Amino acid sequence: MVFYPEREHVISLISRASSDIPADVRTALEGSLDVAAGNAAVIVHEILDNCALASCQQVPICQDTGIPTFYVSGPVDMDRARLIEVVTSAVRDCVKSGILRPNAADALTGINTGDGTGDGIPQVYFDCAETPTITVDLLLKGGGCENAGIQYSLPDLTLGAGRDIEGVRKCVIDAAFQAQGAGCAPGILGVCIGGDRATGYAVAKRQLMRPLVEDGTPGQFAGLEASLLASINSLGIGPMGLGGFPTLLGVKIHAVSRHPASFFVSVSYGCWATRRRRLSVVSDGGWLVT
Amino acid sequence: MSSNADSVFNVVSPTSTSSVRALHVGQRVSLSGIIVTARDLAHKHLVESRPQELRDILRGAFIYHCGPVAVPDGSGWRISSAGPTTSAREEQYQADVIREYGIAGVIGKGGMGQKTAAALAESGAVYLHATGGAGASLAASIKEVVSVFYLREFGVPEAMWVLRVENFPAVVSMDSHGGSLHQIVYQDSLAARTRLII
Repeated sequence: MVFYPEREHVISLISRASSDIPADVRTALEGSLDVAAGNAAVIVHEILDNCALASCQQVPICQDTGIPTFYVSGPVDMDRARLIEVVTSAVRDCVKSGILRPNAADALTGINTGDGTGDGIPQVYFDCAETPTITVDLLLKGGGCENAGIQYSLPDLTLGAGRDIEGVRKCVIDAAFQAQGAGCAPGILGVCIGGDRATGYAVAKRQLMRPLVEDGTPGQFAGLEASLLASINSLGIGPMGLGGFPTLLGVKIHAVSRHPASFFVSVSYGCWATRRRRLSVVSDGGWLVT
Repeated sequence: MSSNADSVFNVVSPTSTSSVRALHVGQRVSLSGIIVTARDLAHKHLVESRPQELRDILRGAFIYHCGPVAVPDGSGWRISSAGPTTSAREEQYQADVIREYGIAGVIGKGGMGQKTAAALAESGAVYLHATGGAGASLAASIKEVVSVFYLREFGVPEAMWVLRVENFPAVVSMDSHGGSLHQIVYQDSLAARTRLII
């Protein structure tokens, strides 16, 4: 039997995601203070103080609560319409209560819909898994860092980047350089190698859901992720782009198949306020947010 | 005057041009006094309509690029989140606003362009960079919502909120002497990038 999340559960998910920075992000920010100095260290302290205050008062960490993006995993016959309805109504409730800022605007006129929902907002993705348990992952990602994302088509002559791992490396370094700390550094880069124009960006953004430190056997790109993190931090762009260390907290790379004629490297730029949480509805009807 | 990055300069707004001229890029500031929020609609209105009602409030004070989250609180308002928004959107209006209203400076995120830089130098004003995303803690530095202009016309995020702050933290990233931390970081990071991407 499948147990579905209720609206109240999703409201709890949204509220926690918005006000409680994930432990791994906080740990990375605290760890950066071993090296950070001067104004860069002051900014990291301000970020950490802000996170503590937001958690204590249960208010948004950042006033830009982004476009809510839900990744729903469940059995193949889960009722998608029901799930879309429950997350959408939870978003509306959260806008009414001030947990979320209304961030859905008409594409051409810019007129805000007022209730946080619109055509394609919230975003809801579905994965099928051989499990009776439904999990709902939520990512809140602001507009400023979304604007800092970029997609490369290889070969790229300006970078001297060919269709190989070295070309990928150059693209990711260039992406961080071009951003110059915009998108509220120090954040996380999600990278997708392959896919098409659409899936490249979607898969890249999905990598922001991965914890900074991952258990188990290191993935295929673990070495590249670590060396890119070091390289990008050596650019010295710093928190908010005001210089120093850190420029970045992590890089997460995933590859998917591509058309032989295309080679896209897509970079989703995540700000320091990596707001990601999971709602699990377990088989006995209980639920929790992690 | 010390330029040690560990020292913090207390600035009281409204302030004088000579106080602003003493600030240099990289210096930390603790700002107290009056700041006025202004985003896209407000800047357009300030330049195109030249309203009289804000002249006294803005002279020598700081504009803050921010769309706060404000909730009614008794007969007044409470600001629950007030982080900076990206300043680049106001570049087309900022220089005119600096010259026309005699503001001491602008608080925002991400810096601004050449037109604004020229106006900062000419008028003796500065750009202060606040920490992006720190909505909760920056709201905590707001001690009073003094008044609000154009609330009905522009809505809550775009209205001009006149706020009294205490110890609002920021860094001078563009000063009144042509200095720009953004330019320095760009050039240094460009050199580093060139070494990495040969």
